[in-house]
Amino acid sequence: MVSAATAVMGANEIEVASPKIVVRDVTIRYAGTPALSGVSLDVREHEVFGIIGPANAGKTSFLKALNRMDMFTDGMKVEGSIEFDGRPIDRLRNVYALRSRIGVVFPLPVGLPLTIYENVALAPRLGGMRNKAELDDIVERCLTRAALWDEVKDRLNSLGSLLSGGQQQRLTIARALSQQPDVLILDEFSIAVDPVTTMRIEDVLKELKHELTIILVTNLVQQAQRLADRTAFFLEGECVEVGKTSDLFDGRVQDSRTRDYIEGKFG
Amino acid sequence: MAGSGKAINAESAVEFDRRNTDWYVDKAIQAIVFVGGISTIIFVIGIFVFITREGLTFVFDTLDVKEFLTSEYWDPSDEDAPEYGILALIAGTASVTGLAMVVAIPFSLGAAVFIGEFATGKTREFLKVLVELLAAIPSVVWGFIGLSIMNPLIIEWFNVPVGLNVLNAGIILGLMAAPIMTSIAEDALKAVPDRYREAAEAMGATRWQVIYKVVLPAAKNGLLGAVLLGVGRAFGETMAVLMATGHSINIPTSVFDSVRALTATIAAELGETAVGSDHYGALFTIGIFLFLITFIINLLADLVVRGVRKG
Ligand SMILES: Nc1ncnc2c1ncn2[C@@H]1O[C@H](COP(=O)(O)OP(=O)(O)OP(=O)(O)O)[C@@H](O)[C@H]1O
Ligand SMILES: [Mg+2]
Repeated sequence: MVSAATAVMGANEIEVASPKIVVRDVTIRYAGTPALSGVSLDVREHEVFGIIGPANAGKTSFLKALNRMDMFTDGMKVEGSIEFDGRPIDRLRNVYALRSRIGVVFPLPVGLPLTIYENVALAPRLGGMRNKAELDDIVERCLTRAALWDEVKDRLNSLGSLLSGGQQQRLTIARALSQQPDVLILDEFSIAVDPVTTMRIEDVLKELKHELTIILVTNLVQQAQRLADRTAFFLEGECVEVGKTSDLFDGRVQDSRTRDYIEGKFG
Repeated sequence: MAGSGKAINAESAVEFDRRNTDWYVDKAIQAIVFVGGISTIIFVIGIFVFITREGLTFVFDTLDVKEFLTSEYWDPSDEDAPEYGILALIAGTASVTGLAMVVAIPFSLGAAVFIGEFATGKTREFLKVLVELLAAIPSVVWGFIGLSIMNPLIIEWFNVPVGLNVLNAGIILGLMAAPIMTSIAEDALKAVPDRYREAAEAMGATRWQVIYKVVLPAAKNGLLGAVLLGVGRAFGETMAVLMATGHSINIPTSVFDSVRALTATIAAELGETAVGSDHYGALFTIGIFLFLITFIINLLADLVVRGVRKG
């Protein structure tokens, strides 16, 4: 798997990568009112797929649909088809298996009220891992990759929920990585994080895309420009367009609203 | 510019010293609330002082504290040689309370998890109302259930001569304590933010894993507090235990033994003692003992609920 990945990662050969997630004509409603209508797009393996758009565009709703979080949101209904690795996700027998392959990082960091160690060991434990040495290894590896290990290695047994906001966000990323996911979803991860930490996390993401597929929702268009291979622009419940990030940011857009949003001429 | 700056300063200097109606209203309300709060404390202290004063002369003049706590003979009405040992009464209360918790903890935590984590919409509201109704059943009704329903059932099922015993009272007390424990435990679960559940669910945890690995650990102080309050409830209960234990002095060796509880002893005997007599003093001494234990249990519950733990 790794060798295939590195082969694909070459340079700008992203186009040839196979689709990881295929979304066709998806409409999301809350109590009947559509929050997102008729979205069709592909997320390809080992790309960073950016989603930009102002508040109320339906970005978070879209992410929720991807790992079937609609199941616990009262009144939320998803129509259309979403395939993950070719499997329609609304017909899975074990939805937990799907979720465990998608790591999610929420806008506000969620350090679970467990120790730092337990936060990161939780997913492997849920997967049935009992071996202490293996768990230690995973905890160290994931914290290191989330650029947090050096700051917490001496206090692994203190509560994760007591870390600073920026640290908790990296803890959340470490926890998502401990699931060994195929896809990492980040929803405006930098909203509660200082610029220095944001940059550190962005560097982490650039490394990670060699191993997994990243979907990055952001309200900082520059962040999409820095990280995303392709970017989708959502606006008021509509997916306006999807294109190569470099095209969109060089003004090669299909819809002038995209250009206006990127250039900050909105409102 | 300098002139206007000075004028503003002069104005605010006056305003900063003027006490308006809002200020007086605020002070008055503070004073009322303060008096209210303080008087509660004074009442509690007053009750304690009263109980202690009634019991204390007896404690100092007559009582052998060691005998009081370690003798199993309680026979204060014997005119020649009254016995003041509460060990059997402590054993009675402890055994019944213990069994009550064995019954109540699984029931109440199970109910709280179901109401708080699984039930939705109407079911949930209905169950919550039901729990509150159960909590409002007067204890004499529970005692009546023990006496007239549980008693014959226990005699029939277990083939024992009397059905008023530790088993009966333990079950009755457990059922009595369960609703309030459920209610508090459910509050504790509700206090766990949804984002914790969402985060765990998003990583592929099943419903039960979310509860077991994340929600229960996060709520554990509140849950422990619920259990301790249940213990306090069972421990201090009087009427139902008076009716369901059989009220006979005994150090129980099985759940089918009848026992007598500390609280029930006071309730049953205080009316027939002469004020100021040794018997009267002995009952008040039991009162002091109960007061202290209840105080400790509630204090513990309070500390636990507020989460006194390392940061
Ligand atoms: N749980 C919910 N119940 C009802 N309506 C909801 C719910 N969640 C989202 N919505 C509605 O769906 C629409 C899209 O919301 P969504 O959170 O997807 O927007 P967003 O693009 O993520 O915005 P932001 O950038 O502010 O996070 C909004 O109109 C919102 O009110
Ligand atoms: Mg959002």
